Amino acid sequence: MPPEPVTFAAAFAPALLDPMRAAPPVVTGPNGRAVGKRYDVYRNNVTVSLIDALAAIYPAVQRITGTDFFRAMARFHVRSYPPTSPLLFEYGRDFPSFVARYEHAQIMPWLADVARVERAWLDAYHARDAAPLAPAHLAAAAPERLADLVFTPHPATQIVRSEFSAVTIFAANRDGAPVSRVDASTSEDALITRPGFDVIVRHLPPGGAAFAARLMEARPLGEAAASALDASPDFDIAANIAGLIEAGAFTSIAFGDA
Amino acid sequence: MNATIGPVPSTAMPLRFPIPVGGVAGTSFKHEHLAAILADGPQAGFFEVHAENYMGAGGPPHRALEAIRRDHPLSLHGVCMSIGGPQPLDKAHLARFRGLAARYQPAMVSEHLAWSTHETSFFNDLLPLPYTEATLRHVCDHIDEMQEAIRRPILLENPSTYLAFAETTMSETDFIRSVAGRTGCGLLLDINNVFVSATNHGFSALDYLADFPLSCIGEIHLAGHDEQADDDGEPLLIDSHDGPVADAVWKLYEIVIERCGPVPTLIEWDSRIPDWPVLKAEAAAAQAILDRREMAELAGDRHAA
Repeated sequence: MPPEPVTFAAAFAPALLDPMRAAPPVVTGPNGRAVGKRYDVYRNNVTVSLIDALAAIYPAVQRITGTDFFRAMARFHVRSYPPTSPLLFEYGRDFPSFVARYEHAQIMPWLADVARVERAWLDAYHARDAAPLAPAHLAAAAPERLADLVFTPHPATQIVRSEFSAVTIFAANRDGAPVSRVDASTSEDALITRPGFDVIVRHLPPGGAAFAARLMEARPLGEAAASALDASPDFDIAANIAGLIEAGAFTSIAFGDA
Repeated sequence: MNATIGPVPSTAMPLRFPIPVGGVAGTSFKHEHLAAILADGPQAGFFEVHAENYMGAGGPPHRALEAIRRDHPLSLHGVCMSIGGPQPLDKAHLARFRGLAARYQPAMVSEHLAWSTHETSFFNDLLPLPYTEATLRHVCDHIDEMQEAIRRPILLENPSTYLAFAETTMSETDFIRSVAGRTGCGLLLDINNVFVSATNHGFSALDYLADFPLSCIGEIHLAGHDEQADDDGEPLLIDSHDGPVADAVWKLYEIVIERCGPVPTLIEWDSRIPDWPVLKAEAAAAQAILDRREMAELAGDRHAA
């Protein structure tokens, strides 16, 4: 079979995200006039709109770095990793790991984790609606069988673990309020939920992330509690389970097969 | 985490609005205006949204759209179907579009004569295509496929363009007329796009409109544009949707309405979005032109009788 002829799209597309390439030879201005600035309109639309999309997904990261730093970093990302879905709210899943590798961001080792919290925030925002588990359901469970309880996570629920103070830094930079100095060195794990229509980001206590992660994997409560106590001997099971339910992390409970 | 949404008919969604909606003006719906719109109470006009913004599974976007849809006709405007591209349409995207149309029962559904995806890259812009027999076949096949998927005809929007393809063999109006004839789709006439392209390519907007199949128009778009310069220092207009409609575009609009009667008309404003009263006033200006035409028609009918 003869090779497919190069389509107009295959000729037009490559220079859109590559400023070193000239405008494609298949296009022209009126009456054969130069096409450079005309093609640049498309290049600019593509690049700027995708940088804007990242800025909308990662506002705290942009606030921390400043607009010029952010847009330069985002431009590198957009050119290397353009979106593969037409849904822009799905874009930038690999941006946090890009930030972690980005040379000029090495002095902010916590920046990638702040980005992870923001990405999780947007996923929670768009997640399927579901009624969170009412506390009364847990209260009604027979005490001697509590260890066998299995939880169904709410579609919005996510955990982001960080060796840095990602939750504090996220919270301080997400709204427009003035930011004071933050000690970045405390490890903070984030719980992201959306029990109604507002996304909630909470700082989990030590052991809380291991606990919630096991429950979200549908492991029984007893096993999750053991993991949490392993991670943190002072772990308070009752306070943590109450906190998770109050944040809307789950939709239902059932007794496992144990 | 964002599962593909299926067709989820909402029981709370009344199907109160006939198709077509008639000679009414509408605006883009922006979430920052929701509170002001609801405080105003039900409007006479319709609201248009970009379909892709509501393709998440749940959350505040759907709550906002449901609140708007409860009291107003909706126009579902797709910007990412890539109908004008040579590669097959994205089946998952078609399914999402069908689900959204089933859920919100829009009065109008539209897409662009443009492409935005090549291979696996989504460029988030309305990119141009050459007008040839080959691209005409692709576009018609894609529109057939989309209309079959969503089980209703769409309105196809004429593009604003900044350059042309050497391989083009037919005029944009001939191309669009052929598409409408072969697929049965309606047309969304964006008069700002006509003005922008006419300036950028040096043709007459009035000639374009004279050659445009006005009988197929189901909706009109009006928007603001920005002015830059090309390599020769000649004006290059940018379809920026970030300001009021230009006087010249209003003039063309009056001419079109005079010729084809009242048509649903959208004020499209997508960036540097003003406060709600400003957008509302722009729609009221379009409504005044529509109403004047309606009155003239009624007076003419009386005269004829």
